[in-house]
Amino acid sequence: MVLKVAVAKGVLHLLAATPALWLGWQVWIVAQTGSNALGADPVAEIEHFLGLWALRLLMVTLAITPLRQLTGQNVLVRFRRMLGLWTFAYATIHFSAYLVLDLRGYWSTIFTEIAKRPYITVGFTAWLLLLPLALTSTSGWIKRLGRNWARLHKLVYAIGVLAVLHFWWLVKSDIREPALYAAILTVLLGWRAWKAWNARRSARGALSPTARRTAGAR
Amino acid sequence: MSLFSLRDALRIPAAEVTDEAVYRDRRRLLAALAAAPALSLAGCSEAQPPPPSRITLTPEQAKSGFKTDETLTRFEDCTTYNNFYEFGSGKADPSNAAKTLRTRPWHVMVGGECAKPGTLSLDDLLKGFTPEERIYRLRCVEGWSMVIPWLGVPLGPVLKRFEPTSKAKYVAFVTLGDPAQMPGLRVPILDWPYREGLRIDEAMHPLAFLATGLYGKPLPQQNGAPLRLLVPWKYGFKGIKSIVRIEFVEQMPETAWHASQPDEYGFFSNVNPAVDHPRWSQKTERRISGTASKLFAERIPTRPFNGYAPQVASLYAGMDLRKWF
Repeated sequence: MVLKVAVAKGVLHLLAATPALWLGWQVWIVAQTGSNALGADPVAEIEHFLGLWALRLLMVTLAITPLRQLTGQNVLVRFRRMLGLWTFAYATIHFSAYLVLDLRGYWSTIFTEIAKRPYITVGFTAWLLLLPLALTSTSGWIKRLGRNWARLHKLVYAIGVLAVLHFWWLVKSDIREPALYAAILTVLLGWRAWKAWNARRSARGALSPTARRTAGAR
Repeated sequence: MSLFSLRDALRIPAAEVTDEAVYRDRRRLLAALAAAPALSLAGCSEAQPPPPSRITLTPEQAKSGFKTDETLTRFEDCTTYNNFYEFGSGKADPSNAAKTLRTRPWHVMVGGECAKPGTLSLDDLLKGFTPEERIYRLRCVEGWSMVIPWLGVPLGPVLKRFEPTSKAKYVAFVTLGDPAQMPGLRVPILDWPYREGLRIDEAMHPLAFLATGLYGKPLPQQNGAPLRLLVPWKYGFKGIKSIVRIEFVEQMPETAWHASQPDEYGFFSNVNPAVDHPRWSQKTERRISGTASKLFAERIPTRPFNGYAPQVASLYAGMDLRKWF
């Protein structure tokens, strides 16, 4: 079992790295040959590509818990951290590409851009919120934070919403693609909300009438 | 009504032209409000813009805008990176999908407030005109720009053949809207068919151009074949593609992007670094040109009227360009 998980992790790492490796390969081709392998505007292509993969990996990370609950395969949770960290990695290169390739000589405008452009504000906030999650992803921090670790990592729900908004607000008029991610996110978060609501209801139902009366009288 | 001569526009920095215009417009607006209180109740947003000023442009001054020696955008880039939503909203979609567009035979219907309306074949429409080359900057509202050598004819002389009347205050243009040839029409991302418009003085300006080719070749479908508009001092979407109808009208016509998001896209849509798109900055642009800077395309400052202020700023003297964005 341990071996199987290790192999699966290796495969997942490779899969998660593939888009970045492919992009690196394309960048190398364009740099060498001047071809338009990355389209007429490689900067935009690089940014969108990295952002899209950050969002996709975030959705996959968020799908782990519902999948585990649906299939009863608890082993799935062992892939959650690495997927979350890959999300953070893509989000970080995405943000770096914006800073280095897109803003170029206009770095001083970054603060006004973050403050004034809602789609950049929410995108930057999403990345900022990913930071503490990435930092506290080690086993040591999980132990140290105890119950608060799970509370802190609920931030990922907010990150999901901000990331989809970031995509939605930068689109000019064809919102089909961001709408698709909004739908996926709604299902993933809706599942959790439904489970939580159910759990609360059954917990209330489990209480005996006496216990409920006592609780009410408190 | 303009006291604002082109000579002045050429001498003072373009940025100050706007300020002057804002100042003048404020006075004009106040005067108008005082003179017509009933009008002010009707609401300013629906008011018509001030009447155009007279063009006082010499042929030499106009010509200085016909060419630029900036580095050109490569042919393969300006023909594979297009916004032509009738063929999909991805930048590469039009170059892949637009092969279904039949550009021959092609007819253009010209009508409205003119003495000689008619439906003409493309050849008849352009008969007697010698194709000219224009190297224009193209600034997209999304924040990127290109430099493209076009072939075509000035718009004004073509329009004058139809003898627009004094009621022709604006010119409206319509793109072909055939779902059989344009797969993108199935998706209601804009109110099809695509519509654009110009004020009559803008349409008659020597820089306004009807393109039929680029890089010495016939216009590729994805670039708006067989006939498209170029208004280089305005954002790229004003350059309506694959034109099938031209109409002289008295009222400011509705345009596709304005109808879709009126607070984001105005009728005039002059390139203006001082007026941001509500969601992003218009102060700078990424220039897609040359080969050396492919991966690290330069970001350059956006200029008022896309650098054509010496030629066109006088068209808007006395106009508040924030209000009439």
